[in-house]
Amino acid sequence: MVRLFGPLVGLFFAVALLWSFGNGAYLAITEPTAPTAVHEFHKTPKEVEFSFNGPFGKFDRQQLQRGFQVYKEVCSNCHALKQVAFRNLTDLGYSEAEVKAIAKQWATKAKTFDPKTGDAGERDNIAADHIPAVYYAGTGNPPDLSLITKARHEGPEYIYSLLTGYQDQPAEVLKKFPDAKIPDGLHYNPYFANLNIAMPAPLTDGGVTYADGTKATVDQQAKDISAFLTWTAEPKLEKRKQTGWAVLGFLFAATILAYLAKKNVWANAH
Amino acid sequence: MSFPWAKEYKPGHPLMQWLDEKLPLPRFVYNAVGAGYPVPRNLNYMWNFGVLAGFCLALQIVTGVILAMHYAANGSVAFDSVEHIMRDVNWGWMLRYAHANGASAFFVVVYIHIFRGFFYSSYKAPREMIWLLGVVIFLLMMATAFMGYVLPWGQMSFWGAKVITGLFGAIPVVGQPLQVWLLGGYAPDNAALNRFFSLHFLLPFVIAGVIILHIWALHIPGSSNPTGVEVKQESDTVPFHPYYTAKDGFGLGVFLILYCAVLFFAPNMLGHPDNYIPANPLSTPAHIVPEWYFWPFYAILRAFTSDFFFIPAKLMGVLAMFSAILVWFFLPWLDTSPVRSGHYRPLFRKAFYLLLVDVVVLGYCGGAPAAEPFVMISQIASMYYFLHFLVILPIVSSIEKPAPLPYSITEAVLGKDEGAVLHANPTAA
Repeated sequence: MVRLFGPLVGLFFAVALLWSFGNGAYLAITEPTAPTAVHEFHKTPKEVEFSFNGPFGKFDRQQLQRGFQVYKEVCSNCHALKQVAFRNLTDLGYSEAEVKAIAKQWATKAKTFDPKTGDAGERDNIAADHIPAVYYAGTGNPPDLSLITKARHEGPEYIYSLLTGYQDQPAEVLKKFPDAKIPDGLHYNPYFANLNIAMPAPLTDGGVTYADGTKATVDQQAKDISAFLTWTAEPKLEKRKQTGWAVLGFLFAATILAYLAKKNVWANAH
Repeated sequence: MSFPWAKEYKPGHPLMQWLDEKLPLPRFVYNAVGAGYPVPRNLNYMWNFGVLAGFCLALQIVTGVILAMHYAANGSVAFDSVEHIMRDVNWGWMLRYAHANGASAFFVVVYIHIFRGFFYSSYKAPREMIWLLGVVIFLLMMATAFMGYVLPWGQMSFWGAKVITGLFGAIPVVGQPLQVWLLGGYAPDNAALNRFFSLHFLLPFVIAGVIILHIWALHIPGSSNPTGVEVKQESDTVPFHPYYTAKDGFGLGVFLILYCAVLFFAPNMLGHPDNYIPANPLSTPAHIVPEWYFWPFYAILRAFTSDFFFIPAKLMGVLAMFSAILVWFFLPWLDTSPVRSGHYRPLFRKAFYLLLVDVVVLGYCGGAPAAEPFVMISQIASMYYFLHFLVILPIVSSIEKPAPLPYSITEAVLGKDEGAVLHANPTAA
C-alpha cells in the first residue's frame, strides 16, 4: 500500500508545486515586480563603536548619564520608558539621594486615586515608581523606548543612525518615483522603515548642556542616547557577560576532565 | 530484554537487597542506562544526541517551571511580566534566556538526532516503533514550542499565533468553526493565551512520557550502530556504563559550552526583534516569520501559490506542510533496502546529502520574506523534499548495489573477527 500510494502522493505534491512554479515564473516574466522607493533608498544602520559591544564590553557610566539627560530633556516629551523605575538609575552611577531627587523633580507627577472619595490627584514620584507614562496627541505614535534597541535589528546602531540620518529628500527619489512625495507632517529619513517618519529631527547641536562638560553635538547626543537605551533594554548586560565567562571557564575545565575520563575508560576497548 | 551476556544486577549493600525485593528501581536503572545494557562498541559521536535531547527536555522543564512561577498568562500583563522576570526576578534574565535558547538547542539536537536516523536508516526493522514514537515526540515538540513562543505576547507571538491557527481555517467546511474553537475567539486573545499557557505546561510531561516509551522500545532490539550490522556476539558490545556514560559526559560538556556561549553572549541572536514590541492586533509586522526551527516547513507552506484544480493554494500548503512530517511515519516501508547504514549505500548517500542541503535551503527561504527569488527556490526545494521520500528512496532501494558489509561490528572495529573466519570457512575449525 505504502509503496503504491507513496509515489502517487509524492508526484501529486510535485505537480502542484510545478504548477505554482510555472504560474509564478509566468507572472515574473509578464508582470515583473516594480521596484519601490523603500527598496532603493532605505539604508541599513551605520557602523558605530560602542563600549558595550563584544564579549568583554561594558557600559560607560558617564555616557549612560549623558544619555539619560538627553532622554529626560528631549525624548521624554513624547516617549515613555515604562519598564524603567527610578530606583534602577543607581545602575548609572547615581547615589540613592540623587535618584530620590531625580524622581521628586520629574516634571510628570505620579497619578493617585483615593478609593474613599473617588478623587484623582497627583504626587511627587518616589524612587520605587516607574518613569511615568507619557500622553501624546500629535502626529504619529511615539513608541515606548524601554526595549527599543532590542526591538529593532542592530538596535543601538539603528537609533544612532536614525537620529543622525535626517536629510532633505534627495531629488533622485521623486525623479524615479513621482508618487513618493513626503506625506504632510512627515520627515524624510533613509534609516526609517518606510523612509518617512512622523518625528521631526529631535536633536540639535547644543540642545542639551552636559554636566560633565562633553560637547553636546548631535552626533554625541545620538551616541549617548543609544547607549542609554541599550541599558534600558538590557540592564543586566554586564552581569550576563561576567557570568558567561565564569560559566564557560568552569565548563572548559569540566569538559577537559570529561574528555580525559572518556579516554581512560575507552583505553582498552579499541 | 537484553543480550544473554548482559551483566546481572547484584545488590551489594543489605539496604539495596531489601530495596531490590520491594521495588527493583535500581535494577531497572542498571539495566536501562547502567552496566546491564550492552551497547554496540562502535557508536560514533552522532549517537550522543539522544542523551542530549533528554538533557534539553529536563533543562526546559526546570527553567520553565520556575519561569511559570513569575509569569502571568493574561493579555494585559503577559508582556510586562516577562520584562519583570528580565529585570526584577533574581537571575530571571538568565532563566528566561536559558529557556528561550534552550528551545533552540533542543531543536538543533533533535534535528541532528533525526538526520542521524535518516543516514543510518535507524527506522528500519526491527526499530520501526522507536522511529514512530520519535516522530510523535517531534510533533509534540513543535506544538509545545509554538505555544511557548506565543506566551511573551509580543508582536511575533500574536501574529504567529494568528497565522498558524489560521491554517486550520483552510480546512474545508469545518475549518472556520474549528479555528474559532481552537482560539476561543475570532482572533488570538486572552482565551487563546490562557489555553496555550496551560498546554505549554502540560505537553512537556506528555513528551517525557513518550520518551519513556521511545527508550523502552529501544531496549528491545538494542541500539543501532554505524555499520548497520546487528550485534552478533559479546565482543560486539560494551556495557553502557561506564563506556557510554563517559562518552556522553564529554559530549554534554561540548554541547553546554556551545549553548552557554549563545546564552550569555548572543541571547537574542535566534529570536526576532519584533517580539520585543508588545502584541498589537492593529499593526501587522512587515514579515511574519516563525522561529528558525519551523522555517523549512514554513517554506513548504508558502511554496503553494496557485490553486491546484479545485484545491485552494492555502489548503495545498497546509496539506503539504503537515505531510512533510507525516511522511516520516512511512519511512520504514518506503526505504526497502536491506542495508541500513549510508556508509555502504553509494546512491542513497548522495540522495541523503542532497536532502540535507535541500532542507537547509528550505530553511533559508522560510526565514526570508515571501518574495522572489525565495518563493521559486522554495518551490523547487519542496519538490525535491517530497520526491526524495516518496519516489527517490523507493527507487534507490530497489536499483542500488550496496558495498560489501563487514561480517560483524568486531570486524569493523578491530579489522578481524575470529567468528568471521569460521563463518566464511566452517570446515577450517
